[in-house]
Amino acid sequence: MKLLKGKWASITVPLLSVALGLLVGGVIMLVSGYNPIVAYAALFNGIFSNTYVIGETIRQMTPLILSGLAVAFAFRTGLFNIGVEGQLLVGWLASVYVGLQFEGLSPIVHIPLAIIAAALAGAIWAFVPGFLKAKYQVHEVITTIMMNYVALHVVNAIIRTYLLAPGERTDQINASASLQSPFLESITDFSRLHYGFVVAIIGAIIMWFLLWKTTTGYELRSVGFNKYASEYAGINVQRNIVLSMVISGAFAGAAGAMEGLGTYGYMTVMADFTGVGFDGIAVALLGANGALGVVLASALFGGLKIGALNMQSVAQVPTQLVEIVIAMIIFFVASSYLIHWISNRVSKRGKI
Amino acid sequence: MDFMQILQLIIPAAIFSAAPLIFTALGGVFSERSGVVNIGLEGLMLMGAFTGALFTILGEQWGMGAASPWFSLVVAIIIGMLFSLLHAVASISFRADQVVSGVALNFLAAGLAIFLVKKIFDAGQTPIIQERIYKTDVPFLSDIPFIGPLFFSSAYYTSYIAIALAFLVWWVLYKTPFGLRLRSVGEHPMAADTMGINVTKMRYVAVMLSGGFAGLGGAVYATSIAGNFSHATISGQGFMALAAMIFGKWHPLGAMGAALFFGLAQSLSITGQQIPGLKEIPEVYLLISPYVLTILALAGLVGRADAPKAIGQPYEKGKR
Repeated sequence: MKLLKGKWASITVPLLSVALGLLVGGVIMLVSGYNPIVAYAALFNGIFSNTYVIGETIRQMTPLILSGLAVAFAFRTGLFNIGVEGQLLVGWLASVYVGLQFEGLSPIVHIPLAIIAAALAGAIWAFVPGFLKAKYQVHEVITTIMMNYVALHVVNAIIRTYLLAPGERTDQINASASLQSPFLESITDFSRLHYGFVVAIIGAIIMWFLLWKTTTGYELRSVGFNKYASEYAGINVQRNIVLSMVISGAFAGAAGAMEGLGTYGYMTVMADFTGVGFDGIAVALLGANGALGVVLASALFGGLKIGALNMQSVAQVPTQLVEIVIAMIIFFVASSYLIHWISNRVSKRGKI
Repeated sequence: MDFMQILQLIIPAAIFSAAPLIFTALGGVFSERSGVVNIGLEGLMLMGAFTGALFTILGEQWGMGAASPWFSLVVAIIIGMLFSLLHAVASISFRADQVVSGVALNFLAAGLAIFLVKKIFDAGQTPIIQERIYKTDVPFLSDIPFIGPLFFSSAYYTSYIAIALAFLVWWVLYKTPFGLRLRSVGEHPMAADTMGINVTKMRYVAVMLSGGFAGLGGAVYATSIAGNFSHATISGQGFMALAAMIFGKWHPLGAMGAALFFGLAQSLSITGQQIPGLKEIPEVYLLISPYVLTILALAGLVGRADAPKAIGQPYEKGKR
């Protein structure tokens, strides 16, 4: 049971949780009369069998990575940003707005401009809970949830009032702001793969660099470990709380830009949330709040979501099974105390 | 349109749309007063709505007639309690982060309910239920001038049950030994433990009560407002109930008042177009008002809202 102690624990617990989550999914399929082996084989084929599904998996991963980074970044400062969903929506709208303006710009200018606008919008949206937390000790979980709904209704109202095109959506953005790529589409059998994944990888590198290679990152992590000790050491805790939320919101806004500039190229009036922001919580948890972990966890969840489509068509298992599996994985990761407890029990008896 | 007509339009609609929120917010009060954050109210409500629709349909098939929706409400309470056990086990026994566990519960409910709908009905939503909970005039009371037409005619019994339950919950929490114990566990679990209160047991009971109430809230929504269950039936009502609980300062009657107020805002955003003077206000302001008010309340701008002291912390015996 050495695997559950020390540096291996950060890898073993997530892997064990994924295995247990898939096991529970299998049991649910058995109980409800599906063949779990056929279903999981179809799921696996649905992720790897051809270039189209690989392209779609990477496309699905792209916003997941950025929203996972957003959640993870705030976690590192001891903040729980459930508001990624709302920050993503305002980011999406901002990127589409910038994408609709500015005729005849070079893509080298237009794309970064639109992404920065999205990040800025997300950052502003996250500033409110950060400020309220720092100034009035208001719990960020509640404010970010409330801000999600404010974002949903405000974004819809703005689209309806100012940007409406036929079909309850905005117009298509100018080509110069688009991340879509005929080349990437052609090598992946016309999937919707776009250059956003490059942005997501850059995002992961920025997060790693910021947290581990800069003084600011040191302060942010220090506040996450112990606010009081940090304050005693002369770190401005309130400033760091606001900063952490703002950076987290910027990642979330950039995730919205991936949808706005990449996958869709427009924004529709939203009846409900995209879910990408909430999935970011799962991604960050499974990825142990690390940059690399987030990328790997996004690959898993992105893959599961794309593979589920094949699982439904081959084995007739509803795609929602994957949501159940993801929920169970979060339960198991969060309850890692259980895994440690079992391992202690086993090792005390001198077995294994 | 005179003033009376306007009130007759708004007030019954407000009480009507507030009922599911009141039930769920009361559940939230139980859980959070015992020191367990329950972000999972949304998921619990969702399971309740699913159960409500499913068992109303089954009740119809089993020949229960008009009793079917009431039967489904009872089943929804039980399912809600069972489902909330997951949150209780993870966050109380396994010391999982309560917020994370609640989020997982929401994911699980959304996945499981639609999975089962597809399995059972082979479609994305349940059929429309035949036996809904219908509006009735309350005998005698609806004849009272002024008050009668506003509060007692063409109303749903579930709304009155919700309001009555709010007073019952207030009585239980503030006037019984059980309520005192439940609140003490949420304020200072170690002191409560020293006095011989079983912290773990109290928290389990509180979370399961919250599950039952939220399940009931969801089922009432499905059987009175929605009429069926699909992926879009419960979209945010649980979080709105959470907001009502906080805006009501973790107090049952406060939560009821806040839920009624949010119900009013919702009904105004729907009926507002028919009312002169309100037409000019864009719908979006009414839609976001519950959330903005909650944020302002938390910031201390609309009266200070203080959470129970020990909220969010797992209790470990002997930990200082």
